[in-house]
Amino acid sequence: MTATLKVIQPGLSTTVQDLGRTGGQRFGIPVSGAADTIALRAANVVVGNAQGMAGLEIVLMGPVLEVVAEGVRVAVAGGSASLEITSANGEPLRVPGLQSVRLVRGERLRVGAIAGSAVAYLAIEGGLDLPPFQRSLSTYVRGAFGGFDGRALVEGDLLPLRQPEADERTELRLPGLELSPQSRIRVVLGPQDDYFTPEAIATFLGSEYTVSREADRMGIRLDGPKLTHAKGYNIVSDGIAPGAIQVPGNGLPIILLADRQSTGGYPKIATVISVDLPALGRASPGAKLMFDAVTVEVAQALRREFGVRMQALAATLIAVRADGFDLARLMSGNLVSGVIDAQDEALMLAL
Amino acid sequence: MVRILASGDTALVVEFGETIDRVINDRVLALADRIEKAAIPGVVEQVPTFRSLMVHYDPEVMLFAELAERVRGFLSGLTAKAHVARLWVLPTCYGGDLGPDLGEVAAATGLAPDEVVRMHAAETYHVYVVGFLPGWPYMGDLPEKLALPRRENPRVKVPMGAVCIAQRMTGIYPLESPGGWHLLGRTPVRMFDKRRSKPVLLTPGDSVRHEPITRAEYERLEALAERGELDVRPQGAMQ
Repeated sequence: MTATLKVIQPGLSTTVQDLGRTGGQRFGIPVSGAADTIALRAANVVVGNAQGMAGLEIVLMGPVLEVVAEGVRVAVAGGSASLEITSANGEPLRVPGLQSVRLVRGERLRVGAIAGSAVAYLAIEGGLDLPPFQRSLSTYVRGAFGGFDGRALVEGDLLPLRQPEADERTELRLPGLELSPQSRIRVVLGPQDDYFTPEAIATFLGSEYTVSREADRMGIRLDGPKLTHAKGYNIVSDGIAPGAIQVPGNGLPIILLADRQSTGGYPKIATVISVDLPALGRASPGAKLMFDAVTVEVAQALRREFGVRMQALAATLIAVRADGFDLARLMSGNLVSGVIDAQDEALMLAL
Repeated sequence: MVRILASGDTALVVEFGETIDRVINDRVLALADRIEKAAIPGVVEQVPTFRSLMVHYDPEVMLFAELAERVRGFLSGLTAKAHVARLWVLPTCYGGDLGPDLGEVAAATGLAPDEVVRMHAAETYHVYVVGFLPGWPYMGDLPEKLALPRRENPRVKVPMGAVCIAQRMTGIYPLESPGGWHLLGRTPVRMFDKRRSKPVLLTPGDSVRHEPITRAEYERLEALAERGELDVRPQGAMQ
C-alpha cells in the first residue's frame, strides 16, 4: 500500500513548494517556490533531505495530517511554528520547530496557528511522490499547475510519500537559526530609478511603509508615503526580477515575490536583495518595513556569504538528547530545565 | 544607446530603447540567442521583452560586473535575427458570443464588423513577448485603423482562447483571467496546455496568422482541444 499523509484539515492555504521553477519565464511561467527559502531549506536539512526538496508551505494556519504509513519523519520550520502530535491512543506531544520527529501509523500532526512569521514549512523525509511540472514541484495556483494537482490542499487529499518507511534513528535539531521577520530591508536602486524624482527616492528610503492586507505569494502592496514619478508611470513592459519594487500610478510601491508575473509595465524604483527576500516572505499585513540602499557589489558579497552559510547548515545539526519522543514529552511537561543545560535551553527558546 | 542595468543582485537588464519597435525587438532576440549559445556560467534564464533583455543569474557563480562585461562584448554587430521564424496559423471564430466586442470595435473604428475581421485576419503578427500569463503572446503590429485603448471597464473573467486587441497589439488568453482587452473571437488552440511536453505554444520571434472559421468548425476543434487531441504545428517557415 502506498505510504501517504492524509489531509484531515487543510489549513488556510497549504501548498507544495520547492525552490522554484526556472527556465519558463520567457514563456510567462512564473518561478513560484517557497516564500521563505531559508525555512524550507532548514526543515529539509533537519529530516536529512536535500535543501531544495519540495515540502508543504503553510500560511498563517497549518493543517492537520494523519500518517497512513509505517513511519514518517517530519520537521517544521518557520517563525515559532511547532508540531502538535496526537498518537493513536490520544496522548498529545509537542515537538518544537527545527527538530525532527518520527511518526507512526495513525498518529496525527497539527501545525496550528503560526506565530512570528506568515509562513512555515513541513519537510518530510524522502519527500513527496508527485509528478514535477517543468522540473519543479512548486504549486502555481493561478495557472493550476505544479504541486498537488495545481492547487492548495483540501480535506481528504492523500499526499503520496516517496519513502515507504522512515527508519528509526536519533532525531536531530538545528539550533540558533533565526526565522523571524525583519523590519529593515536592503535594496539595490533601479533598474528604473530614473523614472522617479530625487525627492521620491529620498522618501522611499527615508520612510516607514506598512504591509497592506493585499499581500500574497505574488507580491506585497505597501501603504505609506506616495512616490512621485518624474516621467510617467507607464513603461513598455520589461522583465521583473525577484523582489522588484514597482510603483504604479497611485504612487504606492508593490514588492513582487515568488508568484510574480515574468514581465510588467510599471517603473521599478528598486529591487530587494536576494538575501532579504525570505524575510519578506515572513511579513504579515501590518508589518512595518524600511528600505536601505546598498550597491549591487555589497548585495552580491552578502549573497556569497549567505551561500556559504547555507552550505554549512547540515554541519550545525545536533542530536536530540535521549530519545526524541522522550525529550519532546519532557518539554511539553515543563521539565526541560532538568534535562537540558542552560545554554541549550536558551537556544531552544530562541527558536 | 544600450544600457546595462542591475535589477537587484540576481538579474541584469539590457535596455535597447523605451518603445515598441520591431527592429529593437529583433536585436533583443538576437542578443538572447548569442548569450544562450555562449553558455555563460551562472546564467539561469533569459526573458526577452519588447525592448529589453532580462538575464537572471546566480551571483554565487557570476558577479554583475563580470556578466555586464561579457554581455557588452556581444552587443557589437548585433543585427536582426538571422533565424527563420515559425509561422502558426490559428483557426479563429470571430464575433457572436465568442467575440462579444466585435460590434463595439466596429463602431469605434467606423468599420463594418466584417471589415474588422478581414483586417485582423489579413495580417501576419510577430510575437514580441510571451509573458503576463503562462503562454500569453504579445503580438503586433495591429493595423493602425484597429488601434483602440483598453476597455474602460475590464472584465472580471475573460475565457481561455479569447482573441483580443488593444492599442497596436493583439493577444490570446491562455487561461481564464481578468482582462481589459477587446474580444474579437476565440481560438480552440491552447496557448498553454500542461498536458503537452512543451506546455507553451508560442515563442518570442514566432509569426502568427488567424484564419477565420465557422462556429461549427470551432465547436469541432474545441472538442478535440479539450481532449488534448488538437495537433497544432507551425505550417511552414517564413522569413
